[in-house]
Amino acid sequence: MTVLLGLLIVLLVVVIVVQIGKVSELSAKIRGEEEMQEVINKKQAMWSLLFMIVFLLAVSVSGAHYNNWYLGFGPHASASEHGGSIDSAFKITLYATGIVFVITHILLFYFAYKYRGSRSRKATYVPHDNKLEIVWTAAPALVMAFLVINGLDTWNEVMADVKPGEDYMEIEAVAEQFGWTIRYPGEDNVLGERNYKLISGDNPVGQNWKDEKNLDDFMPTEIVLPVGKRIRVRITSKDVLHNFYLPHFRVKMDAVPGMPTYFVFTPKTTTEAYREVLSDYKEYQAPSDPADPAGPQLWETFEYELACAELCGTGHFSMKKIVKIVPEDEYKAWLEKQQSYYYSQIRGSEYDPFSDVWFESEIKERRTTFKGNLAEALTATTPDKKTLRFEYVRFETGSEKLTPVSQYELGFLVDAMKDNPGMTIELAGHTDNTGDAAANQTISEARAKTVYDFLVEKGVAPGRMRAAGYGPNRPVDTNDTPEGRAKNRRTEFRILTQ
Amino acid sequence: MATSTLSNQATYDEDVLIQELGYDDHFHEHHHGDKFQSNFITTYIFSQDHKMIAKQFLITGMFWAIIGSLMSLVFRLQLGFPEESLLWLKPFLGKWIVVSNGIGSLSQEFYYALVTMHGTILVFFVLTAGLSGTFSNLLIPLQVGARDMASPMLNMFSYWFFFLAGVVMFLSLFLSTGPFSGGWTAYPPLSILPQASSGSGAGMTLWALSLVLFVVSVLLGGINYITTVLNLRTKGMTMWRLPLTIWAFFVTAIIGLLSFPVLVSAFLLVIFDRSFGTSFFLSEIFIGGQALENVGGSPVLYQHLFWFLGHPEVYIIILPAMGLVSEVLAVQSRKPIFGYKAMVFSILAIAFLSFIVWAHHMFMSGVNPFISNFFVIFTLIIAVPSAVKVFNWISTLYKGNIRFNGASLFAIGFVSMFISGGLTGIFLGNSAIDIQLHDTYFVVAHFHIVMGVAAFFGMFAGIYHWFPKMYSRFMNETMAKIHFWGTMIGAYAIFWPMHYTGMAGVPRRYYAFDTFETFRHFAELNQFITVAAIITFFFQVLFVVNFFYSIWYGKKMTTKNPWGATTLEWTTPIHAGHGNWEGNIPAVQRWPYDYGKHGREFISQVEPMAEGERDGGH
Repeated sequence: MTVLLGLLIVLLVVVIVVQIGKVSELSAKIRGEEEMQEVINKKQAMWSLLFMIVFLLAVSVSGAHYNNWYLGFGPHASASEHGGSIDSAFKITLYATGIVFVITHILLFYFAYKYRGSRSRKATYVPHDNKLEIVWTAAPALVMAFLVINGLDTWNEVMADVKPGEDYMEIEAVAEQFGWTIRYPGEDNVLGERNYKLISGDNPVGQNWKDEKNLDDFMPTEIVLPVGKRIRVRITSKDVLHNFYLPHFRVKMDAVPGMPTYFVFTPKTTTEAYREVLSDYKEYQAPSDPADPAGPQLWETFEYELACAELCGTGHFSMKKIVKIVPEDEYKAWLEKQQSYYYSQIRGSEYDPFSDVWFESEIKERRTTFKGNLAEALTATTPDKKTLRFEYVRFETGSEKLTPVSQYELGFLVDAMKDNPGMTIELAGHTDNTGDAAANQTISEARAKTVYDFLVEKGVAPGRMRAAGYGPNRPVDTNDTPEGRAKNRRTEFRILTQ
Repeated sequence: MATSTLSNQATYDEDVLIQELGYDDHFHEHHHGDKFQSNFITTYIFSQDHKMIAKQFLITGMFWAIIGSLMSLVFRLQLGFPEESLLWLKPFLGKWIVVSNGIGSLSQEFYYALVTMHGTILVFFVLTAGLSGTFSNLLIPLQVGARDMASPMLNMFSYWFFFLAGVVMFLSLFLSTGPFSGGWTAYPPLSILPQASSGSGAGMTLWALSLVLFVVSVLLGGINYITTVLNLRTKGMTMWRLPLTIWAFFVTAIIGLLSFPVLVSAFLLVIFDRSFGTSFFLSEIFIGGQALENVGGSPVLYQHLFWFLGHPEVYIIILPAMGLVSEVLAVQSRKPIFGYKAMVFSILAIAFLSFIVWAHHMFMSGVNPFISNFFVIFTLIIAVPSAVKVFNWISTLYKGNIRFNGASLFAIGFVSMFISGGLTGIFLGNSAIDIQLHDTYFVVAHFHIVMGVAAFFGMFAGIYHWFPKMYSRFMNETMAKIHFWGTMIGAYAIFWPMHYTGMAGVPRRYYAFDTFETFRHFAELNQFITVAAIITFFFQVLFVVNFFYSIWYGKKMTTKNPWGATTLEWTTPIHAGHGNWEGNIPAVQRWPYDYGKHGREFISQVEPMAEGERDGGH
C-alpha cells in the first residue's frame, strides 16, 4: 500500500515539475535568454560544487561505515595462506584508485563551478598541449605497470598447481543442480577414477569401482579440513557450469562439465579462531536468530561456507555447504568416523566388482570373529551351542556348486582343524520349507558333500568329518517370513569331539 | 580563393558561404518532390531518411529502456523486500508470482528470466541500437556533409531488422515456459539444455533468433556508417577535420563489423548443439537422471567466442557516448576539445585493445592461468587511453565558459561516472583481485556505472543537445535539470552501495541472500538500493514526459544554430528535408573545434581560414 501511495506522490510530482518547467520557459522569454542562462549557470554551478562535496562526503562516510566488510579489512582477513597477497593487492589498488577518484572529481566539479558561463567572460582558446598529454599518458602507464607487476606476481603464485613431491591432499568437488558432492581420497590419499556414464542413484559421482583407489574414498556432508594442510581441490560438474567459491579463503574457480579444473589453497585459520576474531566486532555481537535474543550470537554460529558463483539455473543461490577448518587432531578424529562410500553402500551389492574377493582387512576381522565363535563353541556344552553357522559360504542358485567367495570362511575352518587336531565335525546342509521336500533333501545333502569335498581337498583328513543333509527338517526360525526362511537356509558345522 | 577578403568580416552568413564555396551535386535536379518521402508510410514508417531512421531507433530504444528498467524494478523489489508480498503484481505477471501463505513472491525461474532479459535488452536493444543507432544515423550524414547514408535502403532495413528482433524478443516474454533465463551471456550447457532450465527451451530459441536478427541490423547499419564516413565526406572534410562524434561512430562501426559475426557463429554452434546433436560445447553431462552421449566439446570455447564480441561490445556501447560527450563538452563550454588528436588516438587505441582483452571475463572459468597474464596486461593498458580521455575532458572545461543545460550537465555527469566505473575496472582487470571479486556485486556496480549509467548519460547529453536538430524544438530545460540531478544522485545511490556488498563477497545473480550466513548481512542496503532504483526510475519517466511533450509543445527553434556550434549539422535549415541542405553541400574549411579562437565565440567549419591561420587540430 505504501508503495502505491509513493508511486502516486511521484506521479503528482512529475505533473508539478512539468508546470514549473513551463513557467521557467515563460520567465526566460520575459527576462531575456542570455540573462536567464547566466542565472541558471550560477545556480547549476553551485549545485555542482555542492554535489561534489556531498558526494565525496557520502562516499567517505559510507566507505568508512562498511569498511569492516572489505576483503582484508576488519575481521575479514583471508582465512587462507595465499589470500593475504590478494587482499594486499586489493588494498594497494583501493588506495591508488581512491586518490585518483578524489582528485579527478574535485577537478571536474571545481572546473565546472569555476568556469560557469558568464557574459562578462570569454573562453580561452587552448586546443592542446603535447607536454601535458605525455605526462598524463606516462603517469597512468607507470601506475598500471606497477599494479600489473604486483598483480601478476600474486596471480602466478596463487594459481600455481601443486608440484610433484609436494605434501598435499586432493579432494574433489562435484557440482550439480543444485548442490555439491565432496569426495575425499581416503587412506591412500588418491582419488579413484570416475566416469560420468557410471553416475546413478547408487553412484552419485560415477566412481569406477574396479579402480581400487575408489574403495576408500568417502563423501562427507560437510567439508572438514585440517588447518595448515595444502589442499588441491579438483573441481568438476555433472551438468552445467558452476563455480566453487569459498569467499573467506579467496578461492573461486568454475566447475566445468568434462573439464576438471583445480584450485590449490592452504587453510590458515580454524573456524574456532575465526569466530574469536569476529567476536570483537559489534556487527557479529547480535543474536544469530533474531527471534531468540538470548540465543547464541552471530560470531558463535559463524561457519565458513561454500557457495556457487556461476549462474547455474533457478537454485543457483542455494548451493551451500559448510566448511570447517579444524586442528590436526580433531581432523584425525573426524576422519576416523568417516565411512568409505564403497564399504557402506557398494560392498556386496550387485555393483561390487570385488564380491568374489575378501580384502586383507576383511579377512583379518572375520578370522578373528570366526576364532572367537569357535573358541566359545569349544567351551560350550550343549549341542546347539556347539553348532556354528557358516556366515559367508554361498552356493550358486539352485546348485550345490560353491561360489568363489566361500573359500575364505572354509579356509578358516581348515586352519581351525589344524589347530585343534582332536576335533571332529559334522557338516550339515539345511533348506527352508518352500518347494519340493525331496528336492530340498537332495540339495542339502549335496551341498554338505561339496563342503566336505572342499575341506578334504584342502588337506583335512576325511575321517574327522561327516556330511549330512537335513532338508527343511531342522529350522532355526519360522518359515512364515522371508527373514526367517533366509535364516533357515544355511550350512553349518557341529563339533562332535574335540 | 576569396579567403583574404572574407576573413576581414566580423560575421558571416553561413548560407552564403555554402552557396559560394559549397559543392554543387545537382541535388534539386534529381529530387524534385522527394519520391522517397511522398506519403505517410514512406515518411514515417519505411523511411529512408537517416534523420527519421535515427528517431525510429531512438523511440524504439526508449520503449525497450522502459521495459528493461521496469524488469529491474520487479527483481529489485524481490531482492530488497523479500518478505513483502508482490501479490499486486499478479494481474500483470500471473503464474510468475508464486503465492505461499498469502504472500506473493517472484518465482525463481522468472527472477532469472527478468535478470537475463534486463541485461539483453539494455545491452543490445537500448545501449547498442538505441544509442549508436540513433546518433550514428542522425549525425554521420549531417556532420560529414552528406545528403544521406551511402545506402538509405540498407539503412532502412537496419532499423526494421532491429524492430523484428524486438518483436521476437517481446514474444518470448509470453511463452508458457518463460523467456530465456540463463543470463545475458547465455553460457552453455545451461543455455543448450532444456532439462537444465525451463527458459532454455523455446525461450532460448527465440532469444537466439532475436539476436541473430539484431546482428543483421547492426551489420547493415555498420557497413553504412563506415562507407558513409569513408566515401561521402564533403569537400574539405579530411579525416582530421571530423568531429569526435564521427570518429567514435566510425570506429564503433568497425568494431561491430569485426566482432558481431563471431557472436553469430557462437549462436550457430549453440543451435547446432541444441537441435542437431553436435557437441561443440557439451561434454560428459549427466542431467535429469541421464548421461548424455555428447563428449569432447568445451563450454569454455563458447565463452571465448562470446567474449570476443562481448568485450568489444562494451566499447561499442561506450565509444559513441564518449564521442557525444566530447562534442557536447566542447560546444557547451565554448572551447575546443582539449587534445583532439590525443582523443582520436585514444579511441583507436581503445578499439584495438578491445579485441585482445576478452578473456579477462574468464579468469576464473578454467582457462590456463598462464594465458591470463597477457589479458591482464592488455586490460590494464586500456586504463591509459581511458585516463587520457578523462584528463582531456576535464581540461576542456578548464578556462571554458560553460553553459549549464541538460546536455552539458549530463556530459559532466558522464565524466564522473566514467571515472568511478573505470577505476573499479582496475580491480577487476587485475586477475589476482578478480579471484575474489569475480561474479560478485562489485562487478555489477562496475559495469552498471561504467557502461550502463555512463552510456545513458552520454545518450541523454546527446538527446538534449541534438533534440532541436531532430524535432526543431527544445526540450524543457527545467525538467532536464531535475532529470539530471535526480538521475545523478539516484544512479550513484543505486550502484555505489553494491561495491560494499561486492567487497564483502556477495555473489551476483542470487535470488535471495538468506541461505548463506556470509551474504545475509546487507538487508538494509538492499532495501536502500531498491528504493533508490524506484525513485530514479521516476526521474526517467520525467524525461520521457519531457521528450514527448517537447516534440509537440516544446519551445520552437528560431535560429539554425542555437548552441553556436561549428559543425555542419547546424548549417541545415531548421526543418531540414530529405537531403539535408537545400542547395549546395557545404564545403569544409577547417577543423570542428574553433571555439573562442581570435576572440570569436565560434568559427563555423564552412568558414575559410584566414591567411596564415593554422588549422586547429594540427
